[in-house]
Amino acid sequence: MKKSLSISILLAVLSLNVAAEESVELQPANIDPEDRASIVHGAKVFVKYCLGCHSIKHIRYQRIAKDFALDDKKVLADIAPQGATIYDKMNTAMNAHDSSKWFGVNPPDLSLIARSRGADWLNTYLRTFYSDPSKPLGTNNLVFKDVGMPNVFWQLQGEQQPEYTEEDGQKVISSLTLGKPGTVSPHEFDTMINDLVNFLAYVGEPVKIERERMGKYVLFYLIIFLVISYLLKKEYWKDVD
Amino acid sequence: MKVSRFTLYTNWLLDRFPLKKMWHDHMVHYYAPKNFNFWYFFGSLALMVLVNQIITGILLTMNYKPDAELAFDSVEYIMRDVNWGWLVRYMHSTGASAFFIVIYLHMFRGLIYGSYKEPRELVWIFGMLLFLALMAEAFMGYLLPWGQMSYWGAQVIISLFSAIPVIGDDLSLWVRGDYVVSDATLNRFFAFHVIAVPLVLVMLVFLHILALHEVGSNNPDGVEIKKIKDKDGIPLDGIPFHPYYTVKDIVGVAVFIIFFATVIFYMPELGGFFLESNNFIPADPLKTPEHIEPLWYFTPFYAILRAVPDKFAGVIAMFGSIIVLFLLPWLDRSPVKSIRYRGPLFKKAVFLFVVSFFALGYLGMKPPTATLTWFARLFSLIYFSFFLLMPIYSRWEKAKPVPRRVTQPPSLQRFMTEVKTAYYGAPSSKDKNYTLYGSTEFRTYPSKQGLINLCVLLAKKLKASLD
Repeated sequence: MKKSLSISILLAVLSLNVAAEESVELQPANIDPEDRASIVHGAKVFVKYCLGCHSIKHIRYQRIAKDFALDDKKVLADIAPQGATIYDKMNTAMNAHDSSKWFGVNPPDLSLIARSRGADWLNTYLRTFYSDPSKPLGTNNLVFKDVGMPNVFWQLQGEQQPEYTEEDGQKVISSLTLGKPGTVSPHEFDTMINDLVNFLAYVGEPVKIERERMGKYVLFYLIIFLVISYLLKKEYWKDVD
Repeated sequence: MKVSRFTLYTNWLLDRFPLKKMWHDHMVHYYAPKNFNFWYFFGSLALMVLVNQIITGILLTMNYKPDAELAFDSVEYIMRDVNWGWLVRYMHSTGASAFFIVIYLHMFRGLIYGSYKEPRELVWIFGMLLFLALMAEAFMGYLLPWGQMSYWGAQVIISLFSAIPVIGDDLSLWVRGDYVVSDATLNRFFAFHVIAVPLVLVMLVFLHILALHEVGSNNPDGVEIKKIKDKDGIPLDGIPFHPYYTVKDIVGVAVFIIFFATVIFYMPELGGFFLESNNFIPADPLKTPEHIEPLWYFTPFYAILRAVPDKFAGVIAMFGSIIVLFLLPWLDRSPVKSIRYRGPLFKKAVFLFVVSFFALGYLGMKPPTATLTWFARLFSLIYFSFFLLMPIYSRWEKAKPVPRRVTQPPSLQRFMTEVKTAYYGAPSSKDKNYTLYGSTEFRTYPSKQGLINLCVLLAKKLKASLD
């Protein structure tokens, strides 16, 4: 009796939790640490559109060259901005004093953004900027309300307009529609963002591919070790009744 | 007679140091009951995790910088630029959670088999002191990566001291060394985490084992094996710790490391339970996270703290929930040690206690809402009544007779035989009727009667284990 009561209480607690989840639905990112082309493309996009303001100071150009078996010269030519050396960390040229004056906040370092926010969040965040004339830079964001960052992809993506619905007497954004189209198709844009998020996920933990590759061998060894140790135990214990 | 050079040297040592005596007393002539089940792996596993934490900890210290400006980046430096640094760091962070899993299971073993009861009260007390030291160690270690959760977790917990009347504010200031958690706090926590508390831990482990070996291990039957000895003074139900339990513990270690390695190589964050996502953001004293929660191993106690409306009373309740564990040997009035021979009341109480512990652990992770706080109060009440009502219900209950000798440990082989007999029926002369068409018998479909018998067997076993 007591048992069923406590179980039902526990279930009630669990169901309460589900009701209190976040409102904006995140669009899942397609993360593949083995997809070299995607990550290298993401790196290029990052340097072109993000590195102006955001550093990723925990990674060096050399690491990218090494992890994706690229030639140092090729990395410097294709990915790194002009004047960078292969040993440089991916620092931004923007000065923190200026940026906090311009945007109200110093653009954070993005080395670990994929680990703190998650890839799905990034994927959604980068695609859900919309026009909001009330903001100083003219854009707002669905998952990060009143963010200081403008939509850096406005030329590529085009301008998204919010559609409102009434919910409990309040105006809520129900969806975003593309007003002025951008220079690339929505599909191309989504692929580009996904590559960028894939790159950021790689930057968050560059060792991930290596550790998952290594794990197989470690577990294989451990299972053999388990079998041998069990046989050893059985041999020693055969005279214990 | 020619004595080899090696023997000469070892004799020199053995003449001056009781190495042989120690080996005899604690390994080959330490007699442990022969009926240990899997619950008894967790003691040796805890020791192994401690060694893992010390070794990986030393390696981490070589590259970690206890400085508010550098700490966060130095951890990322270890993760990326130090050779094998990522492995060492994941071993340490996973080891911390693994330590608590192992210790909680180890304590639960003590609880269900009455290992805290006479004559092992002191073993339990040393163990509880170890648990306290481990909590201090984990709490201080968690500040070192200097992430948001490290910082604000420490901020919240240290501010608890300020709830103490009169001296509270000065005390918390003294603990922090500053008005907020800062570089001064980080430095002193580093000192405690790498020197002071580990020393205490190692010392207490030594005392814990020494005290255990003085009185001997308990076992799942709660029978004192020292009561029945053979003519040489060796317990009839005892077997030498070495080699029997050393080889057995290696199997436990192997199973444990398989789980441990799976976490390290495939899911080092374990969905935010072992490494919280907020802790990948550098500590920012000006930005309070929306929701501050400790790591999973502290959440049951954190839930108790939040369940009490008054802050100081909450602090007392939280510490009380740990202190009450110290009193367990004297709260329990049952003449029987093991849960196997105790009455149904105790089993139900243990069940409720486990449910409330998990529920509190869950509630401690959630932001407090009015409803959840009421649940936390309910479960805190169950948690405390388990201990505080124990002198009453443990005296009432009717214990079953305890056997004189230990019973056979459960074995997979025996269980499978039972299952087979239940399913196929006991081999008897009747079986001959089936083999109408010769000696070969095919039974490819699950037999209905067999499945029913199997269910009855399992239900009977379940019922037997409950009362």
